[in-house]
Amino acid sequence: MTARGGLRLEGLVKRFGEVLAVDGVDLELPAGKLISFLGPSGCGKTTLLRMIAGLERPTAGRVHLDGEDITDRPPHTRDIGMVFQSLALFPHLTVAGNIGYGLRIRGVPGERVDARVRELLDLVSLSGLADRRIQQLSGGQRQRVATARALALEPRLFLLDEPLSALDANLREQLQVELRLLQQKLGITTIMVTHDQREAMTMSDLVVVMRAGRVEQVGEPLQVYRRPATAFVASFIGTTNLLRGRAAGRDLVRIGDRTFEVAGVSGDGEVVLSVRPEEARLLLGEAPDGNALPGTVVFVRDLGEMFECYVDCGLDQHVIVAGSPRERLAVSQGQPVAVGFPPDVCVVVRP
Amino acid sequence: MRVLRGALTALVVGFLVAPLVIVLIVSFNENRYMDFPPQGLSLHWYAELWNDPGWRSAIERSLLIATTSALLAVAIATPMAYVLRAYHVRLAPLLYAVGILPFMLPPVISALGAQVFWNATGHIYRIENVIVAHAIFFSTLPLITISLAMEQLDPSLPEAAQTLGASPRTTFRTVTLPLLLPSMITGYAAAFVLSLNEYIIAYLVAGFTVETLPIKIFNSLRYGFTPTIAAVAVVFILIAATVFSLFALYGNLLRFLGADESVLEKPEAR
Amino acid sequence: MSDRPRPTRGAYAVLAFPVAMLSVFFLSPFFIMLAASFYRRIEGGFYEPAFVLDSWRRVFSDVFLERAGFSIWISLLAGAVCIAVAFPFTYFLTRMRRRPHVSLLVLVLSALSLSEVIVGFAWSVLLGRAAGISNILVWLGVMGEPVAYQPGFVAVLLGLCYIAFPYCVLTLYPQLSRLDREVTEAAQTLGASPWRTFRTVVVPIMRPTIVAGFLLVFVFTLGSYLIAAILGRPEHWTLSVFISDQASFNANVPFASAMALLLTVASLAVVGLVTVVESRTRRAA
Repeated sequence: MTARGGLRLEGLVKRFGEVLAVDGVDLELPAGKLISFLGPSGCGKTTLLRMIAGLERPTAGRVHLDGEDITDRPPHTRDIGMVFQSLALFPHLTVAGNIGYGLRIRGVPGERVDARVRELLDLVSLSGLADRRIQQLSGGQRQRVATARALALEPRLFLLDEPLSALDANLREQLQVELRLLQQKLGITTIMVTHDQREAMTMSDLVVVMRAGRVEQVGEPLQVYRRPATAFVASFIGTTNLLRGRAAGRDLVRIGDRTFEVAGVSGDGEVVLSVRPEEARLLLGEAPDGNALPGTVVFVRDLGEMFECYVDCGLDQHVIVAGSPRERLAVSQGQPVAVGFPPDVCVVVRP
Repeated sequence: MRVLRGALTALVVGFLVAPLVIVLIVSFNENRYMDFPPQGLSLHWYAELWNDPGWRSAIERSLLIATTSALLAVAIATPMAYVLRAYHVRLAPLLYAVGILPFMLPPVISALGAQVFWNATGHIYRIENVIVAHAIFFSTLPLITISLAMEQLDPSLPEAAQTLGASPRTTFRTVTLPLLLPSMITGYAAAFVLSLNEYIIAYLVAGFTVETLPIKIFNSLRYGFTPTIAAVAVVFILIAATVFSLFALYGNLLRFLGADESVLEKPEAR
Repeated sequence: MSDRPRPTRGAYAVLAFPVAMLSVFFLSPFFIMLAASFYRRIEGGFYEPAFVLDSWRRVFSDVFLERAGFSIWISLLAGAVCIAVAFPFTYFLTRMRRRPHVSLLVLVLSALSLSEVIVGFAWSVLLGRAAGISNILVWLGVMGEPVAYQPGFVAVLLGLCYIAFPYCVLTLYPQLSRLDREVTEAAQTLGASPWRTFRTVVVPIMRPTIVAGFLLVFVFTLGSYLIAAILGRPEHWTLSVFISDQASFNANVPFASAMALLLTVASLAVVGLVTVVESRTRRAA
């Protein structure tokens, strides 16, 4: 299948009365990929998705699908499939009635609707449930019906608004994998809204991190995790240690009374470094001169697959160091230690 | 669809407003006879409403009946709504059904029932008969509003009061009752407004001796038109619109009417 | 629900007052009416205890059944008209922004609280020859002569619709306002136009609510008295008019009682039907 469903968003703004929900978003989203809009609640990600679906009129800006401006098209002419947060299954129709709805209102003959419904039921592993009522289905089955319904018309765009939020944790993980495999099999351009960074990491080709109506960073999941552009992205995706200091010449940062060697720093402004807990090193004994801070262990927790150590280094927050149980050091509360931050793991982020 | 929506809304608003507007115009007409366009504007008929002893005593009587019967209606409804929702009463569905039945049946049935009841007692054609009959008929309204409030009441609130040392009686007085108060006021207001406007029950129970405002209006209509009727109608409309606007401003009108606001407010919340 | 405590002695004591009031003033009159329907009527006013079937025989006479038939027919018609207008209106209403939404509800509630006598009067003016629609049309030069549209069948129907419309809106309102917006949006993303969405999703989901609303309007208009009395000729009178006419000043209480009991049974049947339909909707939802 040739990839279709390339999307270009141009200066999108949405205002609800006083509230600016989306504050100028420009994005180029490639066809055939799964893209996540990730952010805390209220960041405008759902509003952005609804503007793409045509369910919300942009206050300003344009939406282009495969080069065509669809901003003024009502939702029913946009050729999209959408899975809603509430799933929004029609309670008066059976499973087959729901999945075949889009085909039937287009006047597709009955046998062909039935055949396509069977095909889709197989695709989402629900064969044999065609005549069930929606009320008789489990949460996971409902989710699959909603997915099948949205895909029935082979839409150009597949939109998912927190599609798994109603399910419990185990089922959610399982369906994340299923949905991703389905998307890869069909090669359909998919946009998913989520506030769950694990979900975004599991499923996406591309993650769009949003905050307060704006895009903070766009990138592949690992890139966003390893090279966060801003302090917000660094702390929203996973856990991180933010170290605030001042640039002290080329590739040098001053944090407290210590000097750090960090690539890509110049001038003498304020600098924020992000270091993931698993990249920081716990050192016993005296702190070395460069890229390390002395401190005191305030808390240790053992999570089985890893351990975490909270160290007070005199900064505004405790430094967290994580490691595998294998390399667990004999540390206890109140013990003086040092934390090392090797130059290659210090990422300079915008504050 | 957008055109249809505008047209339909306009049609409905026109249908609901037209009679009110025409009555408003007639009430300001200077002439004793109805005519259109009106010959001149005057407040004469409003003054007559105030000065004419017949109209004035009808108003006073109706206000007396409405205030007292609504109070009695709330007094009947509150214990019922509270006990049926706070405790596990075996006959609760039946009792609740009897509570909402008066208002669900055509009013003429309650009217005739009250008439034969008072005939049987020999205590006939008294204003208190009308008050009791109205209280029973309209007690359904506070029963519904208070029951809804009881359902929405967080059961852990009275429990919290009890863990703090409040006896059941004190809990009811200091926690439950204040939380039920808005729904009691809503129920009272609804019963009040509808009692003020009620005709057939008042007529059959004591229409001969206790002339309420709606009875007076109907009697005047029978003997021929006077613009005073229009003036009364305008006053009524204003009372009703004021009461419900106050609801909308200070109470939660939408929830009172059964809307689920989490659904209603969704577009703004996103 | 079932973990609520058993009632205490105090709770029963509190419940005694409303139960006593309803038993004495609401339930006992039905027994009195039942007894009275077998009493003998005395010329010139009152009635005396007896066991005669005159009143019931009259209730089941052709003339009377024809009247009852007319009552039922005009009430059904009013119910149909009301639902046809009120359902789409309420649907639009629940999807409006808060300000127009509340204003329209205040208008509906104001109309609801209007006395039947005032509604009857207002429509008699509006449909009359002195200061009504036709006078406005004459004034605008559209018509030559003012015309009276009342008393008449259409006038009664309009009046009944006017008093029933607000009730109709209020019975449809809770369910329609709870209809998940995402359900209609889902239909639109699947290619249904707004009108198609309304027809293939909103109406089918709301079918039980529509039936309930229709039946309630039916019962409500069946009980209306003044509209038919003011806007109709005697051939347009409803059952309620007959009952109160027979009952007023004790003209023929036994006959009125028999009619009232018949109306009670009919209304209870309808209300029972509504309850069944509604509980089924709630279970489905």
